[in-house]
Amino acid sequence: MQIKVIINNRPVTLDVKPDDFLVDTLRKQGLYSVRRGCDTACCGLCTVWLDGRPTLSCSTLSFRAHGKTVTTIEGVRTEAEEFARFMAAEGADQCGYCSPGFIMTVLAMKNELSNPTDADINHYLTGNLCRCTGYQGQLRAVKKYLGVGS
Amino acid sequence: MFILNNVAQPDTLHDAYRILTEKKSNTVLGGCAYLRMGSQIIHTGVDLSKLGLHYIKEADDCIEMGAMATLRDVETNPALFKYFNGVLPKAVGSIIGVQFRNVVTVGASVFSRYGFSDFITALMALDTEVELYHGGRMTLPRFMDRRRAKDILTKVIVHKTNRQAAYQALRNSKSDYPILTVAVSRLEDDWKIAVGARPTRARLAVQAAKRLVTGGTVTSDVIGQAAQIAAEELPFGTNMRGSAEYRRAMCHVLVKRAIAEVAACK
Repeated sequence: MQIKVIINNRPVTLDVKPDDFLVDTLRKQGLYSVRRGCDTACCGLCTVWLDGRPTLSCSTLSFRAHGKTVTTIEGVRTEAEEFARFMAAEGADQCGYCSPGFIMTVLAMKNELSNPTDADINHYLTGNLCRCTGYQGQLRAVKKYLGVGS
Repeated sequence: MFILNNVAQPDTLHDAYRILTEKKSNTVLGGCAYLRMGSQIIHTGVDLSKLGLHYIKEADDCIEMGAMATLRDVETNPALFKYFNGVLPKAVGSIIGVQFRNVVTVGASVFSRYGFSDFITALMALDTEVELYHGGRMTLPRFMDRRRAKDILTKVIVHKTNRQAAYQALRNSKSDYPILTVAVSRLEDDWKIAVGARPTRARLAVQAAKRLVTGGTVTSDVIGQAAQIAAEELPFGTNMRGSAEYRRAMCHVLVKRAIAEVAACK
């Protein structure tokens, strides 16, 4: 079946099978930032935005993206780079495999929440797993990036 | 591995139901988040996206949640915050992560009657009805007891009352599946106690709720007795997350906490 999608501000028409998942469709478009981590819908690595909302692309059938906008980290390069500097400064980035999904969730949170507390941040970011670093460095980086505490 | 051969996107519920019942392996597509974890072959998936079911509406006497509203919509809806001490947003808040809750839907969560559902447990403790295209409207407890049959759940209706409610769940870690879920509510002397993840589908502890009918305040003794009755009257089972004995013991604890929380509400 054919779907029309706006991927990172670029309108495209794609041929997808009914049971294709968005993670595969996007990777076929060369968007390799979209990672497949757990494959059981619980690690958050495959997060992209669907109409601005952070969404698990491993659990979203591609045809559901028809008529919608899809944003991957390639589409928010400037913001992602800015946040990446905060991550690096806190030593919160090691292998980097989880970073694209994590960063997409952080940027979505910035758009959705104003002045979040530690608890709000942790709640929003639950479901983004990182095997390398633990989460304290990430929380410090997020708070500095959002300007909510040191 | 799951296989989906065709997708139908009907414009009317009538057509959706016709396609659904045309072939045994035709299925309604909800959020689809669990499809990849199972293995089934679906001839035609019926997608409800064109039926305008993605809404949460507050009316004078109820709040209606369309089948295609997501659990994240439930979590962030202002009306659902206002009523029943925000028990519905609270109950869904621990389900994996924001990205997952942006995908999974109200209709699929309720229609599938998952034993581990935090959402159903909380709904059971309220005055909740479901509307099925073929089966019509019925209370949620009645729907939970029905035999599995093909149908389309179009909406979940929660009647607005002054019920005070509380939610408790036990999990090994924050976003894991629950080992036990408990929701308790009170409208004057009418109490409801729902217990889920036993590990089977949520059920009301009717005898325990009766113990709380005192015509006035509930003492800590009464709360303890009601919790004990709940643990005794409900069946519990064993799965990889916990044994029946452990669940029974924890049921006593969580029910007690939830009743105490509701009893403390002004």
